[in-house]
Amino acid sequence: MADVPIDIHYVAKLARLSLTDEESARISAQLSRLFDFIGELQGLDVSGVHPTAQVIPLANVYRDDVVKPSLSNDEALANAPQRDGPYFKAPRILEGEF
Amino acid sequence: MISGHEIRDAVARRERSAVEVAQQALQAIDRLEPRLRAYISLLPERALSQARSVDARSRAGQDAGLLAGVPVAIKDLFCTKGDRTTCGSKILQDFRPPYSATVVERLEAAGAVVVGKTNMDEFAMGSSCENSAFFPTRNPWDEGRVPGGSSGGSASTVGAGCVPLAMGTDTGGSIREPASFCNVVGVKPTYGRVSRYGMIAFASSLDQAGPLSRDVRDAADALEVIAGFDPMDSTSVDVPVPRYADHLLEDLTGVRVGLVDDFDETIAADSGMTSLYQTAYRNIEALGATLVHVRLPHAKYGLATYYLIAPAECSSNLARYDGTRYGLRVDGGDDVYSMFERTRAEGFGPEVKRRIVLGTYALCSGYYDAYYVRAQKVRTLMKADFDLAFASCDVIACPAVSCPPFELGAKSQDPVAMYLMDYFTIPMSLAGIPAMSVPAGYVNGLPVGLQLVSPAFEEARMLGVAHAYEKATGHARRRAPQLSAR
Repeated sequence: MADVPIDIHYVAKLARLSLTDEESARISAQLSRLFDFIGELQGLDVSGVHPTAQVIPLANVYRDDVVKPSLSNDEALANAPQRDGPYFKAPRILEGEF
Repeated sequence: MISGHEIRDAVARRERSAVEVAQQALQAIDRLEPRLRAYISLLPERALSQARSVDARSRAGQDAGLLAGVPVAIKDLFCTKGDRTTCGSKILQDFRPPYSATVVERLEAAGAVVVGKTNMDEFAMGSSCENSAFFPTRNPWDEGRVPGGSSGGSASTVGAGCVPLAMGTDTGGSIREPASFCNVVGVKPTYGRVSRYGMIAFASSLDQAGPLSRDVRDAADALEVIAGFDPMDSTSVDVPVPRYADHLLEDLTGVRVGLVDDFDETIAADSGMTSLYQTAYRNIEALGATLVHVRLPHAKYGLATYYLIAPAECSSNLARYDGTRYGLRVDGGDDVYSMFERTRAEGFGPEVKRRIVLGTYALCSGYYDAYYVRAQKVRTLMKADFDLAFASCDVIACPAVSCPPFELGAKSQDPVAMYLMDYFTIPMSLAGIPAMSVPAGYVNGLPVGLQLVSPAFEEARMLGVAHAYEKATGHARRRAPQLSAR
């Protein structure tokens, strides 16, 4: 399992993370070591076993659909790196004129 | 520093004022902080204002609370309204939450006095506190060694005697390992026992808050305060919270304590570690317990399972740090994606980046079934192991760690060696069951903890056994010699 065909640039792009060449090389080397012991799981027979996503005996948890006090607009925006009036300001996402 | 329950009793009887206790704690922190660096932020104003209101309640003859006047340090992963909360990361270095975590609100409602926010591995990813974006914290038993992690600042400040109580979080061992390293009690409750509202998420199916303290009674009181259903966290479970302090045992007659046959002995290769744990089991037997052998055949797959599930959940949780609504933003021209990528490249440290890449990979289409789903199936097998083991014992006793605290830098270049630190603590995290570390003695003069484990929502059992063990052995009472020497 040591040589994992991990395309680090593709994965980093999916994660919206830009990595330097040096970081990519280091992380690739470390991940192939990690996959040595992650590979242990491949030898285990798990046929017929249900996956556990969480451990507590809870299914859907509902609450009453009631409006309660929440953060004010100013509180919600207090940590915004950039704001424009009552809005978060971000670079343009859609193309074209508005 | 006396224990939290002694402070509470003295404040309730008005023999001491909460303000005076808070001032003493802040002074002790100031004196040791240049050496230990346990705190990212100190909160003297928050502390003194809370202490004054505790004293006012006490003077008016009102119940001042189960933790009245008890100084408590909070891991910098819990939101504190208006006070900087960094999670040990550059990406949140100026973040001031608009609300407090339920854990913090419940502590303050019970009269606890929050003195500061403690250092930690960035986003709770690490076992040494060296992954903090700001500075490493030192171990009070030897300043050249790590305090453990990720709740390293919390363990260090309690181990040094600056405060009797601190809050940590545990995803794969982040309360138990630093508790072991700093000779303090550390409790990871059942998943769902304590609300996660206002805790900054790392791996949402594993994260759980718990206390670190000088003795078992303080941990029992603190757990009673923070446990219980919270409408703000739909994964908190509505199971009654017992008065844990009423379940603390003096002798263990009739208690069946399980010893695990399946852990890899070579992980704790040092003969000093092996003989320390053998002595601990004999001490438990001498208190009247019956020792039985239990099997955990899938425990050895714990690390592999954890290092798929936890990074997968981390990569998903940390997607929110994109420079838009809060936290660091690094602009990158007009393009929103380059803003995301540059913000995250500059804001996250190496360990966080490594786990985001690993987790994103494990969730990629084509690999999802082979890695993530397979790991979740092994998690089912591991949980079934514990269910079977607890059919023949009340509490499991096993090592908390494979070694005493190590030197700063000793493992920081080798992530796999660092991950192995969690070998004994991860299986319980994956099964979601409660586990704790209690001081168990010393190897080469450095502290080591014993791990006790209970079935889900049966924290009272392990606390009961830990109390009898603590009282009989006295390991928790020993102070860090390095600090008292100077």
